[in-house]
Amino acid sequence: MRGRGWEGVVAGLWLALAWASPANAATAQTLVNRGNERGAPPCQSCHGADGRGQAAAGFPRLAGLDAGYLRRQLDDYAKGTRSNAVMQPIAQALSPDERDGVAMYYARLPVPVKAKVTKPADGPGADARGATLATRGRWSAQVPACEQCHGPGGVGVGANFPPLAGQPAAYIEAQLKAWQQGTRRNDPLGLMQHLSRALSAQDIAAVAQWFAAQSPVGRSVRK
Amino acid sequence: MTARLIALLLAPLVLAACSGRTPLDAHAADAPRAAAPAAKAPATTSFTPPAESTIPAGPYGDMVRLGREIFLHTRKAAPAYVGNGLNCVNCHLDAGRLADSAPLWGAYGMYPQYRKKNHHVNSYGERLQGCFMYSMNGKAPPLDDPVIVALETYSYWMAQGAPLGTKLEGAGYPSVPRPAKAPDYARGQSVFGRDCALCHGAQGQGQKVAGTYVFPPLWGPDSFNWGAGMHELDKAAAFIKANMPLSRGGMLSDQDAWDVAMFMDAHERPQDPRYHGDLAATRKAYHDTPMSLYGTRVNGRLLGARPAQ
Repeated sequence: MRGRGWEGVVAGLWLALAWASPANAATAQTLVNRGNERGAPPCQSCHGADGRGQAAAGFPRLAGLDAGYLRRQLDDYAKGTRSNAVMQPIAQALSPDERDGVAMYYARLPVPVKAKVTKPADGPGADARGATLATRGRWSAQVPACEQCHGPGGVGVGANFPPLAGQPAAYIEAQLKAWQQGTRRNDPLGLMQHLSRALSAQDIAAVAQWFAAQSPVGRSVRK
Repeated sequence: MTARLIALLLAPLVLAACSGRTPLDAHAADAPRAAAPAAKAPATTSFTPPAESTIPAGPYGDMVRLGREIFLHTRKAAPAYVGNGLNCVNCHLDAGRLADSAPLWGAYGMYPQYRKKNHHVNSYGERLQGCFMYSMNGKAPPLDDPVIVALETYSYWMAQGAPLGTKLEGAGYPSVPRPAKAPDYARGQSVFGRDCALCHGAQGQGQKVAGTYVFPPLWGPDSFNWGAGMHELDKAAAFIKANMPLSRGGMLSDQDAWDVAMFMDAHERPQDPRYHGDLAATRKAYHDTPMSLYGTRVNGRLLGARPAQ
């Protein structure tokens, strides 16, 4: 069922049709639960069937992320503009149709409400540094507040500015370092590669912790 | 005595004439001035605003903090006076602290000042009222309204230690030299698509989260009106060149900055509140400058004739 007939149709139309297609939903469900015959493991083994991710291991939440963003990440993993030893072979083992399917599968899942959101301690130190970078930036080094693009509390904005709120600190930290080192270079206008170079390791750790403690469904923790 | 009075009256005029740009000129829809090339700009004094951590406790510090809050979240904190989706900080980055982004510390000490925009000496408070009428497409808060008092207090705090009546380095937006080719809509459109639409949207409509703009709309009903300084090409080009895209200020060529400013300012926006039924008369009275496209025809559209609402 999945398949060939759809190829050649413009991508947008394909997306719209696939949304309503049980055949493709089943395919995505199969990928999430069992992977595919070309070596892609089940997505859920790291990201969870509910797309919650695994904070302790640094596996990011995918549930509720923008479908276009997710699809582009899979393409970029496959191409290598987002370099990752685990995700690159997985993305390469997914056909374009399968990438669309899983991207939409996770985009449609509800954003999981965290049982407990740990609020960073107030006062000076790492948390104040993270809060300041997140909400005000460091303009002396041309670093805008993260919130200026990623939205209040880092809830994410559109297809290009993914949510940071509630993502594992280890994940956010790894991404900032990847931008810095150029192992991730799929950012529009080079925005992240450019500004991440102005951040120290302490800045990165602090801001990652701040966003990890924010509610993914909107602002409930504020400095 | 008389001579001294005349000298006092003339001082702001002289200062304004020496200045290549007007402080807070995001909003200053003045009549055209001779653009002062950066190389010939008068010597300036540098200034660094105080750290926010030094805002004192107590009622004065509370007023400074209120001013900062209004500056950052204008629509939310001063809803009675804001008629669009913008906040002060959209055009004055880093809570009004950033050099070359019309910082408050560069403006505060330049008032009272004579302004061609309204042909009289304006207090700083009146200057702030202008921001609300034009850039915020709203209403002027009374001069003794807490909104004005708080913004004045915030500015005063930020400018502490800066010399009065002296043009400071980083005040206003740095003028961008006129480009080789006249600003062009089609070229501007392609710059916009390449470097601006990512954040401001393909239609310049901005992007919202939960009903609140994260990226401001550049034209249309929720943007600044035809009376705002940013509708003038030189001011828009200056802001854009120095500050856009966020974190990549200075990235665009001079030509790109002028072209995309022209593209932005060739779209409809809310009417100039001084309009009283005659577009040509309004242009002649307030916008008689090649820097304003108001009342002119671009791509077959007479700008200002069908303002966004």
